[in-house]
Amino acid sequence: MEFAFTDDQLAINDAAREMLVETCTTASMRAMLKGGRAIDEDRWRTICEMGLLGLLAPEAAGGMGMGLTDFIGIAEAAGYVGLPEPLVELAGITVPLLGTLADNRGLLDSAMGGNAIALGHPANRLVANADSAVALLLGDGDDLHLVERVDVQLERQESFDPFRRLYAVHWSPSAATLVGKGWGDTAERGALLAAAQMIGLAQRCIDISVAYAKDRSQFGKPIGSYQAVKHLIATAQVKIEFARPVVHAAAAELRLGSLAARARVAHAKIAAGAAADCAARAAVQVHGAMGMTWEVDVHFFLKRITALNQAWGTPHQHRNTVIERVMALPTGPDTTFASTLG
Amino acid sequence: MNLAYTPEQQAFRAEARAWLEANVPSGPLPSFDLTAEGFEAHRDWERKLNQGRWGMVTWPEELGGRGLDYIRWLIFEEEYYRAGAPTRVNQNGIFLLGPTMMEYGTPEQKARFLPRMAAGDDVWAQAWSEPGAGSDLAGVRSTCTRANSEEWGDHYVLNGQKIWSSRAVFADWAFGLFREPGSERHKGMSLVLFPLDAPGVTRRPIERMDGEMVFAEIFLDNVRVPVADRLGDEGQGWAVCMATAGFERGLLLRSPARYQVGVSKLIALYQAHKDTLPASMAERVAQCWMDADAYALAIYAMVSKLDKGGKIGPESSTNKIFWSELDIAITSAAMDILGERGELMPGASEAGDVGTWLADMIFALAGPIYAGSNEIQRNIIAERMLGLPRA
Repeated sequence: MEFAFTDDQLAINDAAREMLVETCTTASMRAMLKGGRAIDEDRWRTICEMGLLGLLAPEAAGGMGMGLTDFIGIAEAAGYVGLPEPLVELAGITVPLLGTLADNRGLLDSAMGGNAIALGHPANRLVANADSAVALLLGDGDDLHLVERVDVQLERQESFDPFRRLYAVHWSPSAATLVGKGWGDTAERGALLAAAQMIGLAQRCIDISVAYAKDRSQFGKPIGSYQAVKHLIATAQVKIEFARPVVHAAAAELRLGSLAARARVAHAKIAAGAAADCAARAAVQVHGAMGMTWEVDVHFFLKRITALNQAWGTPHQHRNTVIERVMALPTGPDTTFASTLG
Repeated sequence: MNLAYTPEQQAFRAEARAWLEANVPSGPLPSFDLTAEGFEAHRDWERKLNQGRWGMVTWPEELGGRGLDYIRWLIFEEEYYRAGAPTRVNQNGIFLLGPTMMEYGTPEQKARFLPRMAAGDDVWAQAWSEPGAGSDLAGVRSTCTRANSEEWGDHYVLNGQKIWSSRAVFADWAFGLFREPGSERHKGMSLVLFPLDAPGVTRRPIERMDGEMVFAEIFLDNVRVPVADRLGDEGQGWAVCMATAGFERGLLLRSPARYQVGVSKLIALYQAHKDTLPASMAERVAQCWMDADAYALAIYAMVSKLDKGGKIGPESSTNKIFWSELDIAITSAAMDILGERGELMPGASEAGDVGTWLADMIFALAGPIYAGSNEIQRNIIAERMLGLPRA
């Protein structure tokens, strides 16, 4: 029993985080919006060159063969910066899924090289970032299909989050596009990594609120010196502190696939979503009227939180999974970890 | 990261479970806050734990412990709560003063006090708060005046009034926060140990709303104690207290297992009555389960860090807020399930399965107050963890 990251994991996470924080500033995001760009080419190249896209791909396929505990901190960092590029979905969900296919039609290599494959999982009505993808992995009942970008029709569904480019996808399954059966643990991976991103987003909301509360003065003092403001922020921070370990545990346990493990993933999504929601609301409140504006950065993070909270299973759906687990399996102090429940 | 117990850890759990099953008293002991008999029954239980070397498994062997890491301490705590074993009457000693003494005590103090503490021979009370110094602990006015006499040698004369001292009605010793006369705020304070039956000490029990004598006022009138019974350096009492408070808030005071066992009872209560309850009650119960497990996971992460040589920082204040709010959530969910029977005392003929939920709910109300109010904890989080300016 050791509930801590290894030094190697921390080193990879730190390197990725440092790169993301340095390159993915809100100024760069604003420039992207102005230029109508979905992807920052320089940053995406750096992400590819650092090997982040192949971390979870099988070693035999040229990947690093790593697991979700190696990647979870990177997903958190991607959330922290509000990353527009589909690093988390591609590296954390699509690439491992492609790795399980008997014939991925060369798209695993292509994805590790930086060509996005969009994912149409039944948990989500719409497909994110489909326009910048070379192909789409889509479901038809239990069948998985790999479809070229040119073989689908995309109908843009404008999201409040300008970096979530959502599409209704019109397509027809065929024997030629069929590549496999069953989504495996994709729904759980999606929920887990959305949770990790929301932890990062929540912390970002806190950090920008702290910075603003130190800077903004009223009644002759920084507003951050007043207890009403302190307690608002501290309350959100407490929620983060008790959501993050749940996300990390879920990352370690997801592969077990049991009801206990699935419930921990659901718990992670609920807890991270609640923490992020609380932090985003606190951020708006601390910024006052400025918090409602386009000019202040709060909205970038609030928009992503609003979207991710409902993506990959709603809080209500995840709560039902937790209730199922609580009523069906033993509870108590010797059942904290899914490994104890067989 | 490895979230499975090793075979050694599993064997340790089995050993603890077997000992507790064989030794935990079958029924609840009489309250340690009502009568001397109840207090002594709990002291006897401490002695039994110590004889089995289960008193403090993390302590070194020469002090009655097993020298184990914190992961195994957590496993022991899990089994302890699972077994429904008695509340530790000496928790102020073993969980607060003990770790502080290991850090700040002289070799003589450790040899003199810790084995007796571990054995339950000395049960300790905390004497920090005063009528005028609650959340603002640096406002204590009780004094320690250094003196020298033939009869007493180099000693302190203690004067003043302490309040809210849990267990002090029947306890043997107290660790108190005093200041040099004329000193102010955080300066000039010392942590001084004194026997509660020393000449000049008067204890007055304070009745809690349920009638139990859970805490006491302590009046000190020229109480003389040797300088050797000061813990830490003279004038450094504030730093010593903050170390103690770190243990209190951070880790040792409230085991996650306590709440996980509480949630299991809540789930059983829900299942017994679910036909008459709305679906929303299942969500509340599930939320309690999530929060209790989240607390457990956070503590596992914290002890994994400690076992690797890390330290507890200001983030410990988040723990105290979280468990105290969790306790209220669990007990108030139970009260809502019990409905109109909730107010009945357990002896009432219509009480049914009310159990101890009412008492637990009332006790939970104190959680956001003791061990540093949650308002103070939020200030600590804001200022020391997040760097917001002080008022």
